[in-house]
Formats: sequence, C-alpha cells, structure tokens
Amino acid sequence: MTFGRGLRPLSIASAVLITGAFALVFFYAPNDADQGFVQKIFYLHVPLAIVALCGFVAGGIYGILYLRSNDRAHDLRSYVAIHISLIFAVGALITGSIWARASWGHWWVWDEPTLVSFLIVFLLYACYQPLRFSIEDPERQARYASVFAIVAGVFVPLNFMAVRLAESLAHPRVLSTTGGAMPGDMRMTFLVSLVGMACLYVTLWKYELAAKSASIQLRSLRRRLAGDEGLAPLQRSAAPQQL
Amino acid sequence: MRTTVAALIRKDLQLERRSFESVPAMLMFSVTVFVLFHFGLDRNALAGDLAAGVLWVTLLLAAVLGMNRLFVAEREQGGFDAFLLAPVDRTAMFVAKAAVLFGFLVAVELVAVPAFVLLLLEPGIGQALPELLAVLLLADAGIAVVGTLVGALGVQTRARDLIIPLIALPLLVPVVIGAAQATAPLLEAGGADALEVRWLGVLALYDAVFGLLAYAVFDYLLEE
Amino acid sequence: MATAATTAPADAPAVALEGVGRAYGERVALRDVSFTLPAGATVAVFGANGAGKTTLLRILAGLLRPHAGVATVLGATFPDEAWRARGRTGLLAHDPLLYRDLTVRENLHFHARLHGVPAARADALVAQVGLAARADDPVRTLSRGMTQRAAICRAVLHEPELLLLDEPLANLDPGGAIAVAPLIGREAGPARVLISHDAEQGLAEADHVLGLRAGRTAIWAPVGAVTLAEVRGLYA
Repeated sequence: MTFGRGLRPLSIASAVLITGAFALVFFYAPNDADQGFVQKIFYLHVPLAIVALCGFVAGGIYGILYLRSNDRAHDLRSYVAIHISLIFAVGALITGSIWARASWGHWWVWDEPTLVSFLIVFLLYACYQPLRFSIEDPERQARYASVFAIVAGVFVPLNFMAVRLAESLAHPRVLSTTGGAMPGDMRMTFLVSLVGMACLYVTLWKYELAAKSASIQLRSLRRRLAGDEGLAPLQRSAAPQQL
Repeated sequence: MRTTVAALIRKDLQLERRSFESVPAMLMFSVTVFVLFHFGLDRNALAGDLAAGVLWVTLLLAAVLGMNRLFVAEREQGGFDAFLLAPVDRTAMFVAKAAVLFGFLVAVELVAVPAFVLLLLEPGIGQALPELLAVLLLADAGIAVVGTLVGALGVQTRARDLIIPLIALPLLVPVVIGAAQATAPLLEAGGADALEVRWLGVLALYDAVFGLLAYAVFDYLLEE
Repeated sequence: MATAATTAPADAPAVALEGVGRAYGERVALRDVSFTLPAGATVAVFGANGAGKTTLLRILAGLLRPHAGVATVLGATFPDEAWRARGRTGLLAHDPLLYRDLTVRENLHFHARLHGVPAARADALVAQVGLAARADDPVRTLSRGMTQRAAICRAVLHEPELLLLDEPLANLDPGGAIAVAPLIGREAGPARVLISHDAEQGLAEADHVLGLRAGRTAIWAPVGAVTLAEVRGLYA
C-alpha cells in the first residue's frame, strides 16, 4: 500500500504557498485600522482553525469508512488526521490567544466563540489517544476509535453553533462582519494562507501515513523472515500497528 | 425489539433496586455539591444565571457518576456476552440503557431540584415549574443519549472512571449551554422571566442529532 | 451449506470449519483449523492452556469473528450470516453469565425473555437440576457447584441445536453431574463441542476428537482411532 504518492509535488506546493502567504502578509495585506500590525496574526489563526476543523471532520469520515469496510488503512488515515489536526488546533489556540492579548489585552477572551469552541474541541480530542492507548486489542481499538472519531466529528459543528449562540458578539470577527466584503487584498492574502495551510496539512498527513505504513510493512516482513517468535512483541500503542 | 428493551430495562431496575448503586450515590453527590457551592461561592442564596449554572453543573457531574456505573455489570458479569448470544436486535441495548439512565436522572432530579430550591435558591420556583420541567426533560434526554454512548465506549478501557467524564463532559457542553441559558430567566430574583424558546430548540436539535448518531454507531461497540 | 430456512436440514453438519484462523494483534491463537461435526455428534477438544480452545469456542458461539477461513455453524456462514445461528447455540464457559445480585429465577427469566422462551421452562429447569430450594437467592450467595447448575440451565434454556461446553462438570458434585446429564450429556440430543481437561472422561463422551497445540490441529480423528496416550501427549 503506497501512501506516499504525490508527496514531493505536495511538499513543494506547500513550501511555495506558505512562503508566498508570508510574503503577502508582510508586504501586501493592509494594516488593520484599529488593531494595527498584530491583526495579521489572523492570517495564521483562522486558516489553522479552519484546516484543523476540516481535519477533525475528515477523521470522522475515515472512521465511518473503517467501520463499513474493516480496512485498517482507513483507521490509520483517521488516526493521523486527528493527530495532526490536534496539533493544528493547539496552534489555533495559541495564535488566537496571542491575537486576543494583542488586540484586547487579555490572554483569553470568552467572547470569541471560535476560541472557546476550539478549547472545548481540543479538550475532547485530547482524549482520543488516551482512549486508543487504553484498549489493547487492535481491532477493538480501531473500532472504538472510529466511533469516537465519528461522534466527535459530528460534535464539532454542533458545538460551534451552540457556543456562537451563547456568546455575545461583542467583538467583531473579521470573517463574519466583512465576509464576502473583505477588501480584495485582504481576501487574496487570506485565500493564499488558507490554501497554503491546507496543503501543509495534507503534506504532513501523507508524510506521517507513509512513515507509519512503511514501518508496519517493515515489521511484517521481518516477522515473515524471523518467524512468529523471532521478534520482540509489539509494545502497546495508541497508533495502529497493523494494516 | 420492544420486548427486548423491556426485558433489559426490567433487569436493570431489578439490579438497581437490589444494589442501590447509582441513584442514591448520584443524589447524595448532588446535595453535597450544593453544600460545596454554598461554601465555595460564600453565598446563602443564588438567583438567575448563577443559580442556573450551579444547578446544571451539579446535575451534569452527578450524571457522570451514573454513566460510570451504567455498563459495569455487563462488563464484569458477562452481560455483554449473554446479550450478544441472544437472537435480538442489538440496538435494543442502547435504547434500554439510555432509557435507564434517563430514568435515573429524573429520579435524582425529583429530589435534587427541590433540595436545590430549598438550600440555595433565592426566589421560589412557583409558576416557572412547567418550563423548568421542559428544560430538565430535554436536557436529560441529551445527557442520557451521550452518557450511554460514552459509557459503553469507556467501559472496556482500563481507566474507565477517568475516560468517561473526560469524553462526556466536552460532548455535553452544548447541553450545559442550552440548559443553563434556558433556566437562567426562570430563576430570576424578581420572579420568573419568560423562557427563551430558542434554547429549547438547541437542546431538541442536540437530542435529535446525537440520538440518531448514537443509534447508528452503538452496535459497533458491542462486537468483539 | 447455505440454506434459506433458519434451521439446517437434518443431514447438514452442525459445524464445518475450513482453514479458520484468529489472531489477537500479532499473537496467532488459531491457525488453519478445519473439521466437520455431524448433527447430534460430540467432539471432545483437548489442548494445553493457550492452545486456542477458548478462542475456538467463542468463534463457534459467534462472539468472535474468524480472521481467516470459513466457519459454518448450523448452516450459517460466519461472520456474514452469524445472525442466523444466534439463539440456536448454547454456550457454557467459565463465566456463568449470570448477574450476581439477581436471584437464579430472575436471571433465568431474563434470559428466557431475551430468547423468547416461556418463563415456565426456566422454572422447570431449575427444579430439574435441583436448585428449586435456592431459586430465589441471589447468585452471589450460591456455591460454585450451584452456580454451575444455574449456568447450565441458562445455556440450555432455549433448546439450542449446538452445545458449546467448556468443562461443564467442573465444580459439580456427583449428584449434580447426574442431574445435568439429561441437559448437556450425550442423551440430550444436540451436537456438542466439549472442552475437557479430563482425557478419559472426554474420550468416553465423544464421537470425534480434536486436539489443538499452539493453535494448530494436532489431532483430528474419530474417537476409536485415538489413544489416551496421544491425548496426554498434547499436554506435554
């Protein structure tokens, strides 16, 4: 099973887009009228958030695919998707916090629904790996993890809606207030950042998939050579160890 | 399906009556937490959104106790195997367990809510009672559905008592939001305000979505 | 052996395994196990601890899915048609599958409801195995022998066509063994897969012998062709 297809063009595309995005952010996008230079962290924060959310939902979709087909490759894809999304989510939380501090003076604001929703989503998905780790049987681990991924994936949009309803819209959020009316240069920069972040995510995802599947295949080859008793038994792991 | 669900519920109620593991514990826990809040907040009486928050957080934490216990008998006394060997629809277990958890929550609230009113609530509950009931029932349904799913998810793991609350509580945040926002005007100091129906809508939507989802995926948790 | 009806025709084998394998992670519990058990016959399964006997039993019960090969039980191919065999096999393993806080009667009535069997049958079985006096005591107050009798009632309550028995006479006193013989013994009727550590007794009860070693079939023969020494050799 080859997971590494298209890795090189993707890596190049990511590198180009991210560099391009940075260039645009620093040299092209306008300074925000009231928030100043610091507002530009928005080009990092929002793409991180959007891509993380899509990644979580993708993890849920692969969970569904696994349950229907019992193909462990889907479970591996689900695991890696959630794993990387969690990292991106932490990034979104940190950049959001920095932005909040710079704009409104506090490291944390409850009024920003995106930030609050992300905190909840992060707390939820932080349980994913401990849950996997605590189940020894690999088949059951994959099955339970898939159920979790599906439920959590459905939860993410629901949660956003609920939090958004609950919090007062005291602070303008650039995406919703300017929406389609974002000035052209801002929109362009934002789009490039978003696409660059998405490319980066897919590249990392494929990278980790390729690495993991390679080590799984290596081990199974070794087992075939050394015999069942020839290798040290697998350590418990949250990650899928068989395909 | 209906007879299976009935048989399962009956068995669980028999077990609860015999061992008194869940409902009394949830109840005592709720009352204790009310006392803790009194000391922690240093207030004799609460009203409005503060009261709603204290009530719902307490009920949620008590529900976690119930969730932790929900599948333990099945896990430790072979109940899963016995059920899997029977020629029944496997989703019946989800329906039955969710109904049992819902029943436990209602039983606990029958005592805990009056206790709350007595101990901590400044205004009377009076005419807001029907609306409060509606909120309680809708929220309980959501807690029951998610609690059953997470209870089954967690019961097979090693650190079951930790992992169940850690997964269930974030999942139940929308329920806390909906329930607390809906309850807050009912507990206002100057007499109950009107209930905002949109929060009931949020709760109902949550119940529907998670109810269907849990119904669809629960079977996968039962296989070996 | 696919059939349209839920019960297999009388001449179809109760169990037909072909190349069945099952692993737990990397540890292979069963590898390439094949045998056929005719309806009404008994196979005694022998093997040391860890040889795969429990895994085999659980696969036949439909609780575990085979990872390799084809398992056909009572005409249903596992895992796709496993639902067709559900409720037609009776499992008696180490776990009695009874709730300890409920009484014997409550437990059996619960199982009766799950299987769609009238409660009167449960009561009759309780009397038959000599538990009538303790039927309304919680299971946790019963001795191991009495719990075993109750578990046997549970296993045969729904009149299964195939009995899966893991050391059924363990903990039973001679009186108990006699009392349960009509339910799970040869004269009971259904095909039986019998795990036993007592080589002599197992051979006496069986028509066929299956010996497992490290998950593989070491012996598969009619009982007449197997000596006691060969069976004992499995445990060496």
